[in-house]
Amino acid sequence: MDGYVPANAPLLEADDLTRHFRVGGGSLFGRTARLRAVDGVRFALNRGETLGLVGESGCGKSTAGRLVLGIDTPTSGTVRFEGRPLTDLSVDEWRRLRCDMQMIFQDPFGSLDPRISVASQIREPLDIHGIGSTADRNAQVDDMLDAVGLPRAAKDRFPHELSGGQQQRVVIARALILQPKLIVCDEPVSALDVSVQAQVVNLLSDLQERFNLAYLFISHDLGIVRHICERVAVMYVGQIVELADRPSLFKQPLHPYSQALISAIPIPDPDVTRETMLLQGDPPSPISVPSGCRFHTRCPFAEDTCRTEEPALRDIAPGRTVACHFAERWLS
Amino acid sequence: MAEITHEPRFRITPRVWAKYPPLVLVCFLFIAAVLFVAIFADFLAPKLYTTQDLLNRLKPPSWLGGPEQYLLGTDELGRDILSRLFFAIRVSVFVAILGTIIGAVIGTFLGFLAAHSRGWIEEGIMMMVDVQASVPFLIIALAVLAFFGNSLTLFIIIMGINGWEAYARLTRGMVLSATTHGYAVAVRSLGARPLRIYGRHILPNIASALIVQFTLNFPSTILLETSLSFLGLGIQPPLTSLGQMLGAGRDHLILAWWISVIPGLTIFFTTLSISIVGDWLRDRLDPTLRGR
Amino acid sequence: MNFRFLCIKLLRALVTVMIVLTFVFIVLRVSGDPVETMLGDEADPEVVEFYRDKYGLDRPIYEQYFLYFKGVFSGDLGFSFKDERDAIEVVAERIPRTLQLGLASFAFSIFLGVPLGILAALNRNTALDRFTMGFAVFGYSIPNFFLGIVLILIFAMWLRMLPSSGSGTWLHLIMPVITLGTAGAGSLARFARSSMLEVLNKSYMRAATAKGVPRSRRIAWHALPNAAIPIVTIIGFRLGDMVAGSVITETVFAWPGVGRLLVTSVSGRDLAIVQTILILVALTMVTANLIVDLIYGWIDPRIRVSSSMDKD
Repeated sequence: MDGYVPANAPLLEADDLTRHFRVGGGSLFGRTARLRAVDGVRFALNRGETLGLVGESGCGKSTAGRLVLGIDTPTSGTVRFEGRPLTDLSVDEWRRLRCDMQMIFQDPFGSLDPRISVASQIREPLDIHGIGSTADRNAQVDDMLDAVGLPRAAKDRFPHELSGGQQQRVVIARALILQPKLIVCDEPVSALDVSVQAQVVNLLSDLQERFNLAYLFISHDLGIVRHICERVAVMYVGQIVELADRPSLFKQPLHPYSQALISAIPIPDPDVTRETMLLQGDPPSPISVPSGCRFHTRCPFAEDTCRTEEPALRDIAPGRTVACHFAERWLS
Repeated sequence: MAEITHEPRFRITPRVWAKYPPLVLVCFLFIAAVLFVAIFADFLAPKLYTTQDLLNRLKPPSWLGGPEQYLLGTDELGRDILSRLFFAIRVSVFVAILGTIIGAVIGTFLGFLAAHSRGWIEEGIMMMVDVQASVPFLIIALAVLAFFGNSLTLFIIIMGINGWEAYARLTRGMVLSATTHGYAVAVRSLGARPLRIYGRHILPNIASALIVQFTLNFPSTILLETSLSFLGLGIQPPLTSLGQMLGAGRDHLILAWWISVIPGLTIFFTTLSISIVGDWLRDRLDPTLRGR
Repeated sequence: MNFRFLCIKLLRALVTVMIVLTFVFIVLRVSGDPVETMLGDEADPEVVEFYRDKYGLDRPIYEQYFLYFKGVFSGDLGFSFKDERDAIEVVAERIPRTLQLGLASFAFSIFLGVPLGILAALNRNTALDRFTMGFAVFGYSIPNFFLGIVLILIFAMWLRMLPSSGSGTWLHLIMPVITLGTAGAGSLARFARSSMLEVLNKSYMRAATAKGVPRSRRIAWHALPNAAIPIVTIIGFRLGDMVAGSVITETVFAWPGVGRLLVTSVSGRDLAIVQTILILVALTMVTANLIVDLIYGWIDPRIRVSSSMDKD
């Protein structure tokens, strides 16, 4: 089983990733509905690269992150890490793979056990996987504290004694201590004060360079995504509608939804004016997705085709894929 | 200067009162006394609880004109009530503690099992919880005693089954909410095995709620034991318990009320103290349960 | 209230009864030869043979199980060898007495506990409030067998005002009702107080005050109906304690009801009676819970809405 691994495979590949939840009813005569949280998502991520996954809340980006890590199992589709499908792994192999892929959560306080000291929290991955002697482990904890910019004195503190930013540094240190190749960051800064957000994002960038990390950076904040990501995937109601490298996406988004998101980023210069595109209404419920293009209910440019035919994700230009029937019209 | 040095002492006292209300302190003292008696009954009891003194039957307590050597009087066989009380406390406390521990262990385990396995195992466990919660346990206990006959082991097992459903429900609820979000997910994604997640992370975090449940369940176990023993279906002579003493004294109410009233008051004050401490603990440790 | 809600509740009730029946079936077979256990050692071998055949004890276990259920559903709950009558007959003639005591105690605890709790909430931190809380703690901490004995001592033996045991006149009812109802009155008082206090703190009460609604109308129209919702459920929960308490109370006062019958049958190992009473109690509890659920759904519109919402 262990044998064949394609040499030039990307670090992470998501292929037609789908996750549906059954909702409602539950007991007995209840009729159940399908919640299409993630519906055919496909992307790849290379070593040392950062891919942003953006979209409104409820678009399935967090579920996608959990699927990538194997915390949740896809309804269909596969995730390949270094060429190997996660679904093939035994429970023990899955556990060992945790050394290579880690997660940083939105709520740092919630993801730390309130009864355990900072040092034990950071050391826990080593304890779990039985890596190194006790002295080694403690030394590594010290290194990690330095790396994330926490004072050594923080070791004996408990999570509730730290500020939000410090808590997130502990979470980062805990994720880093196994020296993973991939870290899924699920809204890592959105629970923090704005002044602290920048510090943590900069820390993440520094650490990426130092440890050659790949990030899957899940966020609803395009401002931060623009700062840290090399490529960006825009998600809408469980699907990727546009995937492009950062400069081209921010310069000329091709999907009307990406355009709306980008035009909503505030520009810190009162003299610059631009046309903003305000979306009407709420995103459709992932329980009853619209026919055709999922965005047609809110799209200002929707035509009859959009209501009946579902647009496929197409390569428009090198490194750019868009799911819109009329993507070319913005290309000129 | 002297006044200044005295000042802290005056400050500390109200703070202690605020943290431990006087009533709670009194209850703590009473519980401690009961536990002390239960542990050291052999040393404290002036006589063996089975020693009969047929010349001194149904004598009132010494402070009500009874013989000097019997502080709390004697029963229908001339046995010293004080000594019997001490041994009865020992048996009742021992049975109740053992029963409550058995119930807590079974209930907590099944709660974890239900939350961990989901599916039909969970359905089955929760179904049993519903059944136990809907049929009064005294009736079930009586039926089991009727079918199997009485023995101390069975009796203690029955005490243990009483109240397991409260732990099971509580544990399942807390484990489910802990595993679906927060640190449990984080630790799982670090690659920890379920046993480590439950044992090292979730159990310590729900322990305070379980301890509160323990103190709330304890009086009901004591009441179950004393009720069954009172009915003559629990602890059997020559062993004695508070309920058994009370029930046996019922036949001599006219001549010797103290045989029943003394163990009765002991039961009352014990359950009262534990309930008050339990309520206070619940309010302190678990503000979410407050006002239920 | 809708059909699906009703169906689920009914099904759960049915499953509970089935589990209790299965429990009895298993326990009877685990504890030994059920016929021998029921008849005792000195039974006539012919009679033993007759019942062996009747319960199909030589047949496979699932057939016995089926036979058992068939018997139960056709009203055959066994034969009481102490009374030499059908168990169901023996139990049935005790029911009126138990109902009399139970209903009277229920009424006592509701009519004492609920008004006391509400008055305490309306007069918070007064002597009345403190008395109520003290009474509540006393009520649910004192074991009812002890309360019964203290009552007998005081009112029957010292004051010679009331008969200490038996039934017949309404004087016989007073002490048993107090014994059985005090615990319920205490916990109802405490619960009514806290749910009333909670309602009084709601913003719609402040809004009513601000609108100039007079206090009496505020309490009668806004506070009481909302406070009643949780009180109704807790009254339902009390029933289980009442059933357990009636076993003790009936024994203390020699009240000729089902509870006392249960205790004498357990000591005499009259298993047919025990199983009949266990099933009777299970049926009563399940029915009572069902009724509480229905009342709850009826007085709390939110439950009706949410249960009809998850239908579609």
